[in-house]
Amino acid sequence: MATAAQRRIKSVSYAKYGYMFILPFFVVYFIFSFWPLIQTFILAFSENGTRTPGIIGLDNFKTILAKPAESDFKAMGIHESFWNGMKNTLIIWFGNFIPQIALSLLLAVWFTDLRVKMPGKGFFKVVMYMPNIITAASVAGLFLSLFGDSSYSVINTLLRSGQEPWKIITSCWPSRILVMFIQVWMWFGNTMIMLMSGIQGINESLFEAAEIDGANSTQTFWRITFPLLKTIMVYTLLTSMIGGLQMFDIPYMLHTGNVVNDYIKTVAVFIYEMFHGNFAKPSFGYSGAASVILFVITSILGALVFYVQRDKDAIEKKKKQKQAAKEWKRKQKGGGFSI
Amino acid sequence: MSRVTYDSDKGGYQAHVMVKSVAIYLVLILLTLICLVPIWILVVNSTRLHNDIISGVSLIPRTHLIDNIKTLKTNSLYNKFFAPLLGMRNSLIVAGCCCALTVFFSGMTAYGLVVYDFKLKGPAFVFILAVMMVPTQVTAVGFMRMLIQMHLLDSYIPLIIPSIAAPAIVFFMRQYMLSSFPLDIIEAARIDGSNEFRTFLTISIPMMKPAFAVQAIFAFIQKWNDYYNQSIVLVSGKKNQLTMPMMVQKVIAIDRNADYGANYAAIFLSIIPVVVIYIILSKFIIGGVAAGGVKE
Repeated sequence: MATAAQRRIKSVSYAKYGYMFILPFFVVYFIFSFWPLIQTFILAFSENGTRTPGIIGLDNFKTILAKPAESDFKAMGIHESFWNGMKNTLIIWFGNFIPQIALSLLLAVWFTDLRVKMPGKGFFKVVMYMPNIITAASVAGLFLSLFGDSSYSVINTLLRSGQEPWKIITSCWPSRILVMFIQVWMWFGNTMIMLMSGIQGINESLFEAAEIDGANSTQTFWRITFPLLKTIMVYTLLTSMIGGLQMFDIPYMLHTGNVVNDYIKTVAVFIYEMFHGNFAKPSFGYSGAASVILFVITSILGALVFYVQRDKDAIEKKKKQKQAAKEWKRKQKGGGFSI
Repeated sequence: MSRVTYDSDKGGYQAHVMVKSVAIYLVLILLTLICLVPIWILVVNSTRLHNDIISGVSLIPRTHLIDNIKTLKTNSLYNKFFAPLLGMRNSLIVAGCCCALTVFFSGMTAYGLVVYDFKLKGPAFVFILAVMMVPTQVTAVGFMRMLIQMHLLDSYIPLIIPSIAAPAIVFFMRQYMLSSFPLDIIEAARIDGSNEFRTFLTISIPMMKPAFAVQAIFAFIQKWNDYYNQSIVLVSGKKNQLTMPMMVQKVIAIDRNADYGANYAAIFLSIIPVVVIYIILSKFIIGGVAAGGVKE
């Protein structure tokens, strides 16, 4: 009783400090993130080709989503560019995620296997995470010098000396596969460590029991590790999708000269080029509309993340409480009848 | 799938484990090479001259790093936008300020959410959770528009100040505090007459050092590498404002008459700071990733 009273006094007298401590975050967030978000929504319904656009309604969405008339070259270009970006984003994300998750899962299982003693584990982890911390601009530069179109890139000096150089960067599938490879190269260490901490969260006695029962590694993986890792896998999948939709740095920078390669141009690059490409006359409208579409997709994925991550135990508890309450009520009623 | 009988199978089992270990090691070594060879080629080529590089691939470093850096300084193709010391200074200013602000204010916000009881505490936390997922790319257009209206383009303010509000880091710090911060100590400080801000500054921050350190490392690296926002804000690309990633982007886009030695040297210089930080602090960084403290 006394503690409850104390707590009440405490909450009354110190509540204002709570607001003071969180105030800077919210002020800055509203100015630099929330206001821009609202602006983005406004811009989605605004004109293009000016730095002070007026509202024009749904035209931008129509141009982007519905197929414009063939004669309207400009609108057609925007429409095709957006869908090209969507297509490339999906292709590159898919081709990066599948090998990445497979590789990371395999490595995570190996690194956490109780049976295999593995000296140098720390070293391998450090090396495999390293590509993730290097600036994307530098990574793009590095891979341009390794796989570039010039006859002096490493691959062309090694394999095509005196011959016509391979043009990996400006060809369709080779450039996409290269981007997928770079994405895997940069991110598999990160995913591996996340999955490892997921596996380490599994009760160790389950693995021990499986070993005593004579399960081999494959059985242990499919019957124990994989089912118990499902939540974290779905989480990884969804966050990777959200991240994939934002893929920008490597596709944008993997080229020489001024023109971004169309085969690897993602939707994030489309948005960026629309508002940043022609700075005197930016196409804020198209950019905003594409952003809103991206926002909707991300929100759906984000909601799914919440759904997956929700506290199942708490929900279970609530259910049980409800049931208990019902039971109690029924008993009361029953008791009433019996008298 | 018969049961393993232990006596007869022990030798076989051990041999099996041996074979498996060898196989695993081969794959790990292969992956290590895939991770390191590109970086090694970069290091080697940054020490070789243009003419050596175009005549063949080598894995043995030479001694011309200084010459290549000199080329960066003297060749007009490069020195109109690339100046390594200037770039590092600029990146250091941006990343350093961002890192300090992010960690301090995220800690403060998390502290407010954990220590105090107030009516909007729940909604505030749900809000932070919800906006964690909003991608930068979605707000970028509006951000650009706002910067034009507020005349904040080509200034470091819009790069640095927004880092006060870092939802993901607040989330992480809150989790950390909930799990390992003794609230009684605040009560004790109050009884001793310390005011709330002093308690936060002199008692809580030192106690949250581990979480602060990990988040500081990540914030620094992330902001150092953040090409996207920097290229939006520093739109005119004035040389004395450019950060390292922006300079590198301009170097790699050179399509004619590039000096390969200088190209490699520029990329090499740009990765040194983060790689050095990483090698020194790798233990904390890997631990931080495992704790789920990072969002790309």
